[in-house]
Amino acid sequence: MNVLGLFNYWIVVILMMAGFYVVIAQENMIKKLVGLNVFQVAVFVFYISMSKIDGATAPILGDEFEVYANPLPHVLILTAIVVGVATTALGLALIVRIRDAYDTVEDDEIQRIEETEA
Amino acid sequence: MNRHSILRVVAKFMIPYIMLFALYVQFHGDFGPGGGFQAGVIFAVGFILYALIFGIENGRKVLPAGVNRILLAGGVLLYAGVGVAGLLLEGNYLDYFVLAHDPVHGQHLGILLVELGVGITVASTMIALFYVFSGQDVRR
Amino acid sequence: MAATAIAIVRSRKLFAAVMLSGIFSLIAAVFYVHLTAVDVAFTEAAVGAGISTLLFLATLALTHTSTEEPHKPVRPLPLLIVVVTGAVLIYGTLDMPAYGDPEAPPNTHVIPRYINESGTEVGVPNIVTSVLASYRGYDTLGETVVIFTAGIGVLVLLGRGRRRWRPGLKSKNEDDEPGRGAEA
Repeated sequence: MNVLGLFNYWIVVILMMAGFYVVIAQENMIKKLVGLNVFQVAVFVFYISMSKIDGATAPILGDEFEVYANPLPHVLILTAIVVGVATTALGLALIVRIRDAYDTVEDDEIQRIEETEA
Repeated sequence: MNRHSILRVVAKFMIPYIMLFALYVQFHGDFGPGGGFQAGVIFAVGFILYALIFGIENGRKVLPAGVNRILLAGGVLLYAGVGVAGLLLEGNYLDYFVLAHDPVHGQHLGILLVELGVGITVASTMIALFYVFSGQDVRR
Repeated sequence: MAATAIAIVRSRKLFAAVMLSGIFSLIAAVFYVHLTAVDVAFTEAAVGAGISTLLFLATLALTHTSTEEPHKPVRPLPLLIVVVTGAVLIYGTLDMPAYGDPEAPPNTHVIPRYINESGTEVGVPNIVTSVLASYRGYDTLGETVVIFTAGIGVLVLLGRGRRRWRPGLKSKNEDDEPGRGAEA
């Protein structure tokens, strides 16, 4: 099997794991959301990589082109990006509310406050 | 922000072009890259730039939050309404072929309206997010 | 791109992390152009580098987080989980079709129909637009409703109802705030 052909997917895996590490290892919630965004972009890159065809042009019909890239992943990811920013905003709003209630956005400190109150 | 005259002049110069570009992207999306999602975001960015440079209060005067909220719902309703119009004209839901006498024209019209609905929703959602996040008071 | 991602992981300043994520999005947009996905690149550049960075900065300002965190050592357990998951995923990619293969399964099923017929059926040159708005109109309706719902959710969380949740707060904060009244 052509190993070079899989190089793109390995980049995706590296990016995804970088985002994943931030999500599970960081206490700060804003940092966690940044990590989640990195993860999300990795998934987008994965989809778009699948839609690439050698020698193909962008999927806009024209007389002089024969081969087009796969338009379906483009459609899915296009909407997913905008939905992603809307849901990120929802997460940020939740963080602002959490900071209102606990005066911190660090995960471990919130846990400590909960334990002392209980 | 009153002192930054360079910012104000440059922004005044840029904003009409950003808005125009957003409309171009909106209506030219059939032929080139672009469409409702991108146009909505670009339009919102132009508006947010205005509000950042000239003050959020002035921005609210141009587009009050209540009107923005109506637009927010209106975009979704426009999209869904195109589907219902297809139903009323004896087609399936979101079936554009029945919207005009010629099926291809019907598709054109349907796509145009649907993209417009998407654009309005996205733009007003982004502006609403900006209003809400900037309208918070900063405590401590 | 990988370098930026790792810089995000290592950066201790939140502000730097947010800025780096903006740069990350721009690089991703350039990459999409290289992969001939112009529509996606357009969206990513406008959204990722513009709006989401703005929202993150607004949240940073609102939450007043200390920009400098104490240096934390690399934590072994999460690192182990990440490495194991990554290894499994890389093992999974061995079965994937090669990059740019026209015969790959995702490129052969419903796509020829879109590419060959959409010009005559829909009459719109941009295939992405015709698939987005016409063939997959239900999907896009759903996505629009999701965006709408997220917007409503943020309005509910941070909008008018916010002050009721803190009954102990001074009344001064509740009434005479410019901007808050106009928002509500």
